[in-house]
Amino acid sequence: MRRSRRLWGAAAVVTTLSLVLAACGGGSGSSGSSGEVDPNGTFTVYGTEPQNTLIPTNTNELGGSKAVDAMFAELVAFKGDNAQPYNQMAESITTTDSKVFDIKIKQGWKFHDGTEVKAKNFVDAWNYGAYSPNGQINSTFFENIQGYDDVHPADDNAKPTTDKMSGLVVKGDYEFQVTLKAPFSVFATKIGYTAFAPLPDVFFSDPKGFAQHPIGNGPMKFVSRTPNVDIKLTRNDDYKGQDKVKFKDLDIKIYASQETAYQDLLSNKLDFIETLPPSALAGSKYKTDLKDNLVTGHLLGISTIAVPYYVPGYDNLDLRKAISMAIDRAQITKTVMNDTYVPADGYVSQGIEGYRPAVCEFCKFDPAAAKAAFAKSGFKGKLTIASNADGGRKEPLVAACNSIKNVLGVECDFVPATDFGQWRSIVTGHKLTGMGRSDWSADYPSIEDFLNPIYRTGASSNDSVYSNPAVDQLLDQADSTPDKDAAIKIYQQAEDAIAKDLPSIPVWDEKGVAAKSKHTKTVTLDFRRRADYSSVEVTK
Amino acid sequence: MIRYVLRRLLQLIPVFFGTTFLIYVLVWAVPGDPFSGKCGQTACPQAYVDLMTEKFHLNDNLILQYLKYLGSLFTGDWGETFNGTSVGELIATSYPITLRLALVAVLIEAVIGLTAGVLTGLRGKGFLDNLVLVSTTFLISLPVFVTAIVLQLVLGTELGIIDTSVSDDPSFGELIVPGIALGSLSMAYVARLTRTSIAENRHADYIRTAIAKGQPNSRVVGVHLLRNSVIPVLTFLGTDLGALMGGAIVTEGVFNINGLGGLIFRGIQNRESATVVGVVVLLVLVYLLMSLIVDLLYAVLDPRIRYD
Amino acid sequence: MTDPNLVGGTAVDAAELSRIDDSATETKKPRSLWGDAWRQLRRKPAFVISAVIILLVVLIAIAPGLFSHREAGFSDLTKANQGPSSEAWFGYDNQGYDVYARTIYGARASLLVGVFATILTVVFGSLVGILAGYYGRLIDSLLSRLGDIFAGLPFVLGAIVILTTFNAPGSNPGAATIIVQVVCSIAVLTWPVAMRIMRSATLVAKQLDYVKAARALGASTPRIVFRHLLPNTLAPVLVYATIALGAAIGAEATLAYLGIGVRPPVISWGVMISDSRDYFRADPHMLLFPGAFVTITVLAFVMLGDGIRDALDPKSR
Repeated sequence: MRRSRRLWGAAAVVTTLSLVLAACGGGSGSSGSSGEVDPNGTFTVYGTEPQNTLIPTNTNELGGSKAVDAMFAELVAFKGDNAQPYNQMAESITTTDSKVFDIKIKQGWKFHDGTEVKAKNFVDAWNYGAYSPNGQINSTFFENIQGYDDVHPADDNAKPTTDKMSGLVVKGDYEFQVTLKAPFSVFATKIGYTAFAPLPDVFFSDPKGFAQHPIGNGPMKFVSRTPNVDIKLTRNDDYKGQDKVKFKDLDIKIYASQETAYQDLLSNKLDFIETLPPSALAGSKYKTDLKDNLVTGHLLGISTIAVPYYVPGYDNLDLRKAISMAIDRAQITKTVMNDTYVPADGYVSQGIEGYRPAVCEFCKFDPAAAKAAFAKSGFKGKLTIASNADGGRKEPLVAACNSIKNVLGVECDFVPATDFGQWRSIVTGHKLTGMGRSDWSADYPSIEDFLNPIYRTGASSNDSVYSNPAVDQLLDQADSTPDKDAAIKIYQQAEDAIAKDLPSIPVWDEKGVAAKSKHTKTVTLDFRRRADYSSVEVTK
Repeated sequence: MIRYVLRRLLQLIPVFFGTTFLIYVLVWAVPGDPFSGKCGQTACPQAYVDLMTEKFHLNDNLILQYLKYLGSLFTGDWGETFNGTSVGELIATSYPITLRLALVAVLIEAVIGLTAGVLTGLRGKGFLDNLVLVSTTFLISLPVFVTAIVLQLVLGTELGIIDTSVSDDPSFGELIVPGIALGSLSMAYVARLTRTSIAENRHADYIRTAIAKGQPNSRVVGVHLLRNSVIPVLTFLGTDLGALMGGAIVTEGVFNINGLGGLIFRGIQNRESATVVGVVVLLVLVYLLMSLIVDLLYAVLDPRIRYD
Repeated sequence: MTDPNLVGGTAVDAAELSRIDDSATETKKPRSLWGDAWRQLRRKPAFVISAVIILLVVLIAIAPGLFSHREAGFSDLTKANQGPSSEAWFGYDNQGYDVYARTIYGARASLLVGVFATILTVVFGSLVGILAGYYGRLIDSLLSRLGDIFAGLPFVLGAIVILTTFNAPGSNPGAATIIVQVVCSIAVLTWPVAMRIMRSATLVAKQLDYVKAARALGASTPRIVFRHLLPNTLAPVLVYATIALGAAIGAEATLAYLGIGVRPPVISWGVMISDSRDYFRADPHMLLFPGAFVTITVLAFVMLGDGIRDALDPKSR
């Protein structure tokens, strides 16, 4: 549900992750790959200033989640390399109907302040996150729990009647039960998202003070934070989970520009940056700059171009086909994006379970067919693609426009917006006057997260304002199918139906290209575009 | 003179109110609401938007918002950003760094610009003059982001002479290269202005008189010529300090300097009026003080100018 | 009037002489200040060369089709990033655009923005500055403090507000509209510099004897300001103007980068330089050619300005 604003759209001038001055004390840092692993080393990553307070239910973007995710452990976690879910704090999650979930948690886990993590810490945290007067940014993640409407009425002016969701029942110190409004087979995966972390008792007495010094139950604990400079964390030696870290200190260093962070990485002042700046991609310089220090991953995201139905003349399937077949995805991903993306051929990211190749039959470059479809559409006038222009968003869309122009012989211009905030207010206000960039990255690894939030009637990110009752019905059916494989099959049928309507045009799918310093022996880029801290090994 | 200074200081008051109000109106007029981009590709929960709107008084009318801001400002509270950081604290950390950077830039443009200007102004047309003309024009033509990135790439990445980014609390030495990038445009201007001024005054009566009196050349140039030629340059340098402090957005970004420029830019993007107004008020105050100092210096340097 | 070359050799202030001329010799038509200047300029090679360059750039701006057979919108992605060749003299950029064609077509917007933003800034700023300096006291305080407020405004903030107020977000205004708006934004936000320069020059000039004399003789205020003060205060402002021209082209690039300046299909040198920022390690030609055009154009204006100033300022003859 969230889009990492910084990466996907934010100001070029703003943002970065932190880095680690690995081996800064040793002085022999240049020993390179033959260096021994230093269990007490520091890992410095590129960071950006968090957009909100450092509380799990209030953190939804990359800048904040780099720190928050390391400090908290949820019931379920995802493996760094393949995004497979596994039970982390959960002992077991059982359900028979995908509506009532019985959750047992592991015993003996402690928060950083020494108090034990109990079932009520989860229930209280979720209730806090959902309760509308708390105004938490992630509150909608709890919306399929029974009783959500009582703590968070849909009507803005209505007062909540209670602050506890009836669907959450504590069954003991280490067990609680969750009842959903309707069956939702993906729930056991969804609770791996940051917002579902437990909060210690001390939080509820002083949320404001807590935000200044968060106390979690995760592999790292909070040390200090200097706004616009850095966030420092250190290893939690009592941590019981399997994603323990193999270094001591994490230093998230805030940068104003990715270019600078990248230059620092090349001079080994920074250990990890999860994305490469456009200047490094230009002419594929990064391949020679980085050599062995290039880190590739499998991001779960997809880039599409929304073709809103409300724009006059755009409610025209032939026009949609013509545009889609006129975009030379292979050439653009190769030349303009320097192989960091691959052409998209469906509505689901390629790393996700349930992905099938070539779902979108009109996503192949076919100038002749495009021209024919365009002639048939009878469209007159000019096409535009709008987006915020910063952060490298502009170049691929300009290339897409040129491709459309060269094939169809129609005018096509890129229309810039000043920043991501302004851009999103245009889209959510349905004020687009042409096509618009519509990218998505998954909050949790499930095919469901690529369909429900975007293509369901009235969904939160339905940028094209698409509505197809048949698709809605298939999605309902899949949501309530308890068997995972059977559910995926029905989600796939929904994807097929969407691909026939082309509400938005899939264009590319990001591979995920990151960089590490030579002090870093191993690091994995996870599906959320973060360093998987448990995989990190730094050398002396 | 004392009365003049007092009058000028009194003028700070209306300017303070004028500026804060103007900036408040401008930030308020930036389109798009502050929370439209906060939740990525989806709209934020209404409860979150309501809470933030309430907390930052965004629903009040403009005048009321402004008065509430002033009220808390006079009790020493600069307000806080949307992610809960105190604006006062942010400014306290960034301000000295930006001031340092601007001082370095002014110093560099004064030294290099004045030297180049004096030399070319005295020598007149020739190779040196043309060299300075072409190189300054080149600097003028390139936007600062190009100058800064080229300097960073060549001196930092390629040659390794400087670090590609500065430390959290940079020393004057670290700021020299960023200062060159920041001051390059003004440096070009200072050089041209000095050259013009010198060339013009070289033929003035008092110089002729000084030479006729048999004074040594160094004294003629150093005391008579420079003192009179430096007045317009001084105006520029003084006011430029203020301009450089606010105009360092790009340079600060390139060299990762945690200064006011970045604060303003992020403030504008997030539509955080508390940050933007706070920083800009400080900048305007600096600007006002500098222009007062410059005006007073006129009177000292040029006895013909009187304030009464 | 006596030959200016002879006057130049004496201690007599030429401007003062010209005043005497104006008032005393109604019978024969005197050579005006500007007439003198023109005579002198025609003989200077630097002036002639710079004038030719400017005329050429103006011609390119008016009729780019004469200089390039390709449209600015031409793109061929398979040739992206290729260096200069006989087919594309300046090479291709990262989008497969022909850099030569775009440089030619970019002249119009750059020249319009550069020249008009400078004129507007300098004329308005000088006017305010000369008034502030001449009247002093309350008017000076008012105008100067107004200038301080504008000078304190961050350029980015002011420009975003001005340009987005006139264009609703998401709208796509035409080329002429956007250029006019960019020119106005730059002028509104940068005039205080010209004002301060003019003010300080006026403060000095108004103490000069010939100004006092003119006032004593009962000359009207406009006459004193335009006939006597202006010619003697023009030099520093002209220097600023030629530099402001380059700065305006740079400011236009910044606005384009923020997504509020000129936008496709209109292009400008500033946009091209801004687009090249990520590519100059890989494709230096993307920066070099538009950069060279800006440099040469600004250089021509600087030399032109120098020439005019020398010619106008009697003291430096």
